Amino acid sequence: MHEVALAEGVLRIVMDAARASAAAHVHTVWVELGALAHVEPDALAFCFDAVTRGSVAEGARLDIARTAGAAWCLPCSVEVPLARLGDACPHCGSHQLQVLKGDEMRVKEIGIA
Amino acid sequence: MCTTCGCSDGETRIDGVTLTGGAHAHEHPTAHGATSTQWRTRAGGADHAPIPSHVHQHADGTWHSHVHGGGSTHEALAGAPALGAAHEDGTPAERIVRIEQDILARNDTFAELNRQAFADRGNFALNLVSSPGSGKTTLLVRTIEALHGRMPVFVIEGDQQTSLDADRIRATGAAAVQVNTGKGCHLDAHMVGRALAQLDPADGGLVMIENVGNLVCPAAFDLGEAHKVVILSVTEGADKPQKYPDMFHAADLMLVNKVDLLPYVEFDVDAAVACARRIRPGLEVLCVSATTGEGFAAWLAWLERGVASARGARDRDLAALRRRVAELEAKLGSAADAA
Repeated sequence: MHEVALAEGVLRIVMDAARASAAAHVHTVWVELGALAHVEPDALAFCFDAVTRGSVAEGARLDIARTAGAAWCLPCSVEVPLARLGDACPHCGSHQLQVLKGDEMRVKEIGIA
Repeated sequence: MCTTCGCSDGETRIDGVTLTGGAHAHEHPTAHGATSTQWRTRAGGADHAPIPSHVHQHADGTWHSHVHGGGSTHEALAGAPALGAAHEDGTPAERIVRIEQDILARNDTFAELNRQAFADRGNFALNLVSSPGSGKTTLLVRTIEALHGRMPVFVIEGDQQTSLDADRIRATGAAAVQVNTGKGCHLDAHMVGRALAQLDPADGGLVMIENVGNLVCPAAFDLGEAHKVVILSVTEGADKPQKYPDMFHAADLMLVNKVDLLPYVEFDVDAAVACARRIRPGLEVLCVSATTGEGFAAWLAWLERGVASARGARDRDLAALRRRVAELEAKLGSAADAA
């Protein structure tokens, strides 16, 4: 379950930012996960609770926003929505799709006190 | 687990040696430059659940935002002529720090270091990924034996436990370093960087990284390799690319292994290739048998092209550096003459 490593990545970023801001406590962490990102959001949330124990972010709420996937259809030369890898172009049915967005995993902001 | 950063490097062992030993012996790359700390209010922000708060400027020019308690009113504060540093209404200060950083930024920083190390040495580096039991190690052993005398091969072996695979590789005469990930389900770029320092591959050599047998987790982690090579054996299902799309999407080459068993199993190679190319258009595919050597000529030719390309890129970089040094020496010479 690589979500443990991802949760540790989130914690590392959060702790660096919290330290730089002299935060006593982190109450919320906003992350953005693309629809095509290689992560299971529920598993990430579960791991986040585990890895933050004993840290400045213990008990923090992990707010996960999902962003839509999109791809470039080569036959149509147009951007199309892509919900899952392996889906076809909704216009022409081709799989000649290059992912444009939706694979991002980012920490956006933290709420501190 | 590292108590400074929360990472679990403490379970990682390279050739049986625990790397951290309880001390914080791994560096933290300062990717913090990407962290822009800004103060902003949550009020009006539509992208997240709104938190009642406001932002205002203090007399010294600094901005500050905080949550309103039940009794606090924005109007009252906004109407105040000059705000002091203290909030007399006693509401707890809340701030939002904007970060905008990739969760995998740390791994990617180490991956770039590895990529640069490979480029500096003209190494062609591959990350071999597959389910457990697809025949990665057998494939590696036969590949090393076939390449004997043609190019030096260096191997980083990733497994949760044991040095069995590295022992098999070393028996061929090739240098190998075993990384044991402990409870970890994948290799990351930091582990590979440390193994690479120990492996010390020769210039122009082929570096094969055999990832932990796992068709899910290793897909997310760039190790600094030139290509991920996914191995699918004919004893598995031909629909695996559809079931595990992330890995096949991340790969540049698929090896269909154990093709000597095709007469005995129900595996439609064309269907498997079509399935994989729906996930990853343009995916290169080679059919091989690590047991009989079938298809190896094409596989070895693919490797030799990659090695030649990596060496060529390194030679071009060196030639450009030499030209630059010559230019600078000429400039220095004329400056000295003028003086």
